[in-house]
Amino acid sequence: MNLTLRIWRQQGPQDKGRMVSYQVTDVSPDMSFLEMLDVLNERLILEGEEPVAFDHDCREGICGACSMVINGTPHGPQKMTTTCQLHMRTFSDGDTIDIEPWRAKAFPVIKDLVVNRGAFDKIIQAGGYISAPTGSAPEAHATPVPKADADAAFEAAECIGCGACVAACPNGSAMLFTAAKITHLGLMPQGQPERDSRVLDMVAAHDEAGFGGCTNAGECTPACPKGIPLATIGRLNRDFLAASRKRSGETATAG
Amino acid sequence: MTASPIRSTVGKKILMAVTGILLVLFLVLHMVGNLKIFFGAESFDHYAHWLRSIGNPLLPETWFLWIQRAVLTFAVLGHIWAATALALRARAARPVRYAHRGKVQGSYAARTMRWGGVIILLFVIYHILDLTTGHLNPVGDKAHPYGNVVADFAPDRWYVTLFYTLAVVSVGFHLRHGLYSALRTLGQQTKHGERRARAFALGFAVVLCAGYLSVPFAVLTGLVG
Ligand code: HEM
Ligand code: SF4
Ligand code: FES
Repeated sequence: MNLTLRIWRQQGPQDKGRMVSYQVTDVSPDMSFLEMLDVLNERLILEGEEPVAFDHDCREGICGACSMVINGTPHGPQKMTTTCQLHMRTFSDGDTIDIEPWRAKAFPVIKDLVVNRGAFDKIIQAGGYISAPTGSAPEAHATPVPKADADAAFEAAECIGCGACVAACPNGSAMLFTAAKITHLGLMPQGQPERDSRVLDMVAAHDEAGFGGCTNAGECTPACPKGIPLATIGRLNRDFLAASRKRSGETATAG
Repeated sequence: MTASPIRSTVGKKILMAVTGILLVLFLVLHMVGNLKIFFGAESFDHYAHWLRSIGNPLLPETWFLWIQRAVLTFAVLGHIWAATALALRARAARPVRYAHRGKVQGSYAARTMRWGGVIILLFVIYHILDLTTGHLNPVGDKAHPYGNVVADFAPDRWYVTLFYTLAVVSVGFHLRHGLYSALRTLGQQTKHGERRARAFALGFAVVLCAGYLSVPFAVLTGLVG
């Protein structure tokens, strides 16, 4: 296959950046999207040009590193698939493919397609944990969990923190990511002690980082490589309502 | 951290949902009232006068109406304030736009909430000046609202009917996403419930549109006159 790529090139955070066209020839349909970029980069290096910087690590769809918006869709056209797992057979010979970084104020571009997703770490640090005694692993059946809760928690736990939900959201909101973490921990018995402070603190960290607010627009779930359901955001909202009510009760009695 | 919930994006959504639902309840009552036009001038005018005396003798004349107006004004202002704050935030959250914009995966109703809201607001202002105060009505006779409505939607004033239709359809789109969104904001959290919430919002929006549009089209076609 022969393709035209239009790739966002930006030398650093201060550079304005621009779309630059490249031709790639003899692309095998069996290559992954990242392998296709590797081929381009090898050629650029041989030609003495700066290779295209992009994030990647596992290349097997579990780390969430491979962030890029392909033809306007985060991780490209195939549903439930990360860029590293996307194959060139989803494209046709002669196609022009636009490749851009995640666009969000909270995810500033470091270089080319690489963005700083440290804002997600801030959200996790605000409450994405449980307090558990360390030591030897507890007996697996010591704390029973209802099957339905376990399933819903597991579904939310599939989130790989890639940020595609933010990239897809018309509001630049990270609510799907935040809701996935809140659901994953909040449905477990081990997550109960911090349940109220978790939602309030994580939402505060989310807002603080400069993400937009969720308006249930529904763009995130179709873009999510793990298919985190939209309804997960309802769980966050419900926890937020309950926690706010309790907290205002506390301040009323304390004050 | 004891920041007020309203300062967060989720808190603003809750305010939007609660005020939106208040406005929806009003829309339902208002539609039922409008449909009295099909029972004739006397029935409609009597209904309009009755509105001014709700709460009698506990409340003096038109007090109820003013209380209701105060609640609705508060709801509209709260709704628009939250909508504006979230819209500004959303804009700031994506300073650099995509060169290649993907196709909409969610609904167009969701994407038109903001501009749709502006159309609704402009219509509400016009509508109050037309049928409440009478300033923009060709008749403007406060004692006989039936006549005002019939004069409004006369065939040669087709542009009034057009604007009215546009506004009602905007409300329909607004509620198709708005009701589903409000239920989610207030804690709807299962996939099964999501399907029901979407179906409910769509059905509600269609019924409301039909109810509101029946009046001008009945006048236009001479069914009411
Ligand atoms: C008849 C009057 C109105 C009714 C019944 C109504 C109802 C609603 C409802 C139920 C929601 C959903 C709340 C949520 O998402 O949780 C909503 C959202 C919204 N409304 Fe209204 N609304 C009305 C007028 C307006 C006006 C006048 C504006 C703006 C000028 C406006 C702008 C918005 C916006 C921007 C949203 C959020 C949309 C989003 O989620 O992206 N609305 N409305
Ligand atoms: S919710 Fe989905 S899209 Fe968002 S960070 Fe997690 S895996 Fe990525
Ligand atoms: S590189 Fe790890 S998910 Fe794509």
